[in-house]
Amino acid sequence: MHKRTLAPFGGATNCYRAPLRIGMALVFVMLMAPTHSHTQPAASVETPVEITIDNFTFTPAVITVEPGTMIRWLNRDDIPHTVVAKSLTFKSKALDTDDSFSHRFNEVGVVDYFCSLHPHMSGKIIIRTHGS
Amino acid sequence: MTRQVDRRGALECMLWAGTGMLWVLGGGVPRSLGLGSAAAAELPKGSFTFLQISDSHIGFNKPANPDALATLREAITKIKDMPVKPAFMLHTGDITHLSKDTEFDNADQAIKASGLTTFYVPGEHDVIDEGTGKAYLQRYGKGAKGAGWHSFDQNGIHFIGLVNVVNLKSGGLGNLGNEQLEWLEDDIKRLSASTPIVVFAHIPLWTVYPEWGWGTEDGARALGYLKRFGSVTVLNGHIHQIMQKVEGKVTFHTARSTAFPQPEPGKAKSPGPMAVPAGDLGKYLGVTNVKFAKVNTPLAIMDSTLADT
Repeated sequence: MHKRTLAPFGGATNCYRAPLRIGMALVFVMLMAPTHSHTQPAASVETPVEITIDNFTFTPAVITVEPGTMIRWLNRDDIPHTVVAKSLTFKSKALDTDDSFSHRFNEVGVVDYFCSLHPHMSGKIIIRTHGS
Repeated sequence: MTRQVDRRGALECMLWAGTGMLWVLGGGVPRSLGLGSAAAAELPKGSFTFLQISDSHIGFNKPANPDALATLREAITKIKDMPVKPAFMLHTGDITHLSKDTEFDNADQAIKASGLTTFYVPGEHDVIDEGTGKAYLQRYGKGAKGAGWHSFDQNGIHFIGLVNVVNLKSGGLGNLGNEQLEWLEDDIKRLSASTPIVVFAHIPLWTVYPEWGWGTEDGARALGYLKRFGSVTVLNGHIHQIMQKVEGKVTFHTARSTAFPQPEPGKAKSPGPMAVPAGDLGKYLGVTNVKFAKVNTPLAIMDSTLADT
């Protein structure tokens, strides 16, 4: 399963969360977890989601989140990467080792993205409301 | 042992590595020998030679090579010590690691110490500034078109520097783009088919390993325009290791990096900096020295011996 960062980051999410709400989010994630081997379950808008870059691969490559979810990409490779929407609606600067980029997804839909330096690296964000 | 070989548009391509190893390519067969005085003595007087240097990645400081500037300087020192002074140098991109001004400055200073005029094409690491290549073009784009493509003539050879690292598409490989390809078609129109051509670009123009993005989407179109020429040499970087292929009248060659090696295609989870045992880094780094023999001139092919200079 992909990592989920509960600590604040990027200045885009709230710095503090009630423990109860964190617990609820984790329970939600656990309930949804076993559905697909390659596609990550829908993540709550309350839970910041992290996608890591290791070995020229976005992990998880496909993830489903609720509208309003903030996603943070963290580059753990020894080489810079970028995160660029295929539609070019968002684009990170070059992310060196341990640099990150965050973007909030408010609209329902599917967003394909890739690394513009190494375009064989690609990923997908599916944004949908819970139960839809 | 020396053999006489007739070969139209004969090309010798000698690679010298950090350890002093020299490779000779004659008649499409790679050979290696030391670049000491004995090897240099084999070169006919007045030979036209030039150097290729690649993937300096100035600014890179990770475990695979904590000081990429030091290894570039080491390479330049060895170039200065070569017994035969090359006419000039080509840099096939990734001069810097992050396109920072300080990285470009440091690379400039180190390369200028060679005393050789240097022609550049950018790698993808040279166009990741806010202006997507503006920093590169400010330094090296004088007289170039578009993202930095250009051509020049030297000793009867037509050199073409192509840029295949911008506007890359999701899921794709390197990309030349229509504007550059149209320029290329026009650039070579005036040339006779007997003109030797050297194309240099960062990402290999031929498909080395698409799973790692090692190839150029529209490279075949560029090579199609060059089909009528009797001798075409394609020099690339990007993959940080030597690969050679001869296909008809086209010789493909990729160079080592001066910064860090990468794994062989498919022999690791991914491309990227490869750490090697301490003390062995120099064996994986190097520069390329290319020598042209005139058309129909017998080419001396020297049997290979590995020797340090």
